[in-house]
Amino acid sequence: MATLAVSDTPDGHRLLAFAGRLDATSVPAIWDRAHRALAEMPGRPVTVDVADVDSCDGAGIALLVDLASHPRAAPVDVVRMRPAIATIYHQFDLTHLEHDLDPPAGRLPIVEEVGRATYSIGRDLAAMVTFVGSLTSALLYAFTHPRSVRWRDVWRICERTGADALPIVALISFLLGLILAFQSAVPMKRFGAEIFVADLLGLSVLRELGPLMTAILLAGRSGAAFAAEIGTMTVNQEVDALTTMGLDPVRFLVTPRIIAALLMTPLLTLFADLVALAGGALTMQTFSIPLVTFFKELDSAVDFTDFMAGFVKSFVFAFLIAAVGCLRGLQTGAGASAVGDSATRAVVSGIILLVIVDGIFAVAYFVLDI
Amino acid sequence: MPTGDSIIRVEDLAVGYDGQAILEHVSFDVRAGEVFVILGGSGSGKSTLLKHMIGLNPPIAGRVLIEGRDLAQASGDERRDILKGIGVMYQSGALFGSMTLSENVRLSLEEYTLLPPPAIDLIARMKLELVGLDQFSGHLPSEISGGMQKRAAIARAMALDPPILFLDEPSAGLDPITSAELDALIRRLQRSLGVTFVIVTHELASIYAIADRVIMLDKRTRGVVAEGDPRKLRDDSDNAYVRQFFRREATAEAA
Repeated sequence: MATLAVSDTPDGHRLLAFAGRLDATSVPAIWDRAHRALAEMPGRPVTVDVADVDSCDGAGIALLVDLASHPRAAPVDVVRMRPAIATIYHQFDLTHLEHDLDPPAGRLPIVEEVGRATYSIGRDLAAMVTFVGSLTSALLYAFTHPRSVRWRDVWRICERTGADALPIVALISFLLGLILAFQSAVPMKRFGAEIFVADLLGLSVLRELGPLMTAILLAGRSGAAFAAEIGTMTVNQEVDALTTMGLDPVRFLVTPRIIAALLMTPLLTLFADLVALAGGALTMQTFSIPLVTFFKELDSAVDFTDFMAGFVKSFVFAFLIAAVGCLRGLQTGAGASAVGDSATRAVVSGIILLVIVDGIFAVAYFVLDI
Repeated sequence: MPTGDSIIRVEDLAVGYDGQAILEHVSFDVRAGEVFVILGGSGSGKSTLLKHMIGLNPPIAGRVLIEGRDLAQASGDERRDILKGIGVMYQSGALFGSMTLSENVRLSLEEYTLLPPPAIDLIARMKLELVGLDQFSGHLPSEISGGMQKRAAIARAMALDPPILFLDEPSAGLDPITSAELDALIRRLQRSLGVTFVIVTHELASIYAIADRVIMLDKRTRGVVAEGDPRKLRDDSDNAYVRQFFRREATAEAA
């Protein structure tokens, strides 16, 4: 506990007598009172008596320093300090502390904000163009020199991107099929048209939802993982090490991941399609549509073109997500939060790209009448 | 002191990031076969200068010639050829975390040579033995200590027997004994293999132990303030900051 007694001496001094322990727990209670005592009598010299202060921590010293360096007409003297406190107190140069306050970080003018934002977007685009260029050359090189590809890495990444993703893809697709079938069967039943759920499910899953759901899962699982892996390597200077060993990081780190994603995503999409349709078929059982009827209707509603329309998309999605994941990884800055930021940015950019490209596909298929 | 012809020449280099120079008009030569130390206080741009020398940062102005060739201007096979001639040990070691020590060392051998796998394996084992880590060849970097990681990184940097090795703060974060062992290793490699070392450090003990020549950077003058034998600089430099740098820590050591 600390106490503060304020009094005025006959010779016109104001006396602030502190006693007890000046520490981070006791200082808050007297900080304002001490400053008010100073402010009330701006013209009077002030003596701060600390003879009865037993001990002082950083907060206590800060209070004394703050009082002593207060800008006012009459001087403030801190007197009768115990030696132990004096040693700490005299480490600080009062005039220096007074002038060296950090200037508050001002807000940037709006023009500058806009300029900076534009500049960073431009730089990001430039980086993407550069990356697409070196990626294309690395992939062409991999095509023409298949022995140069690190296949061991490719298989390892295939396992993590493909095989390990099966449970989650199965779960999501099954639920998707189940729910989609149920939600559409309920209103369709009112028209006695529940058999057409098979048409609806077949078209939407094969053309759109199968590839899209798989791609979104890929972005969340593998896109983020690629960014985090490569980001950690960037932070650890492993990417620098590759560069100075004369080994192109794009060929070395990005190519295997893109190949793995291109191999696995279409397979996962196929799997997702099948599981979603199975989910739908199961729902339709409860609407007394037998499996045979469901699949016969499905067979008449969709053809191979519908399947291929979705299947082709999955290659493009896989490429985009893997590439943007790796790009974000290579762009990782310094610091502990940088890898997390990269993973986040990989997922966000991946999903944005998915939506854009899926839209382009929709228009293209419509125009081409596929 | 071994001296030879200039093997690395830095000409009027401006050092920094994103076009912002922190050092200007930096020029010096590294001679073949010597241990050359880049010295300076924290934030003086030592590590950044090293990044320019190994081609990670493009020069803002000036150039760096490694055996007469400019890494920043080279591309494709020429660049690979220059890089084959240098080895780099990064501050943290920067070993590839998903590979064992042996795989780390084997990597550049696999990429650059057509040696059969048993030969590559043997070379990797020999390099690891050179740094005293042969019995750890199957370990992952995370399974060994920081000092071992740095030694393994030296083994990896030496895989192709480059004539030049760059070491970024080899003794940072190591205890005095490990750090002295590392110094002895550097001396041994220099004597037995004639390797040229460029070392960034501010560890005075190891500077006296290994350095043939040093340059000292100062961020206040934005350039090189001293160049030469570290003991001579300590005793008769006409620059107060240089004398202070060498002596202050030297006296602290004696105490």
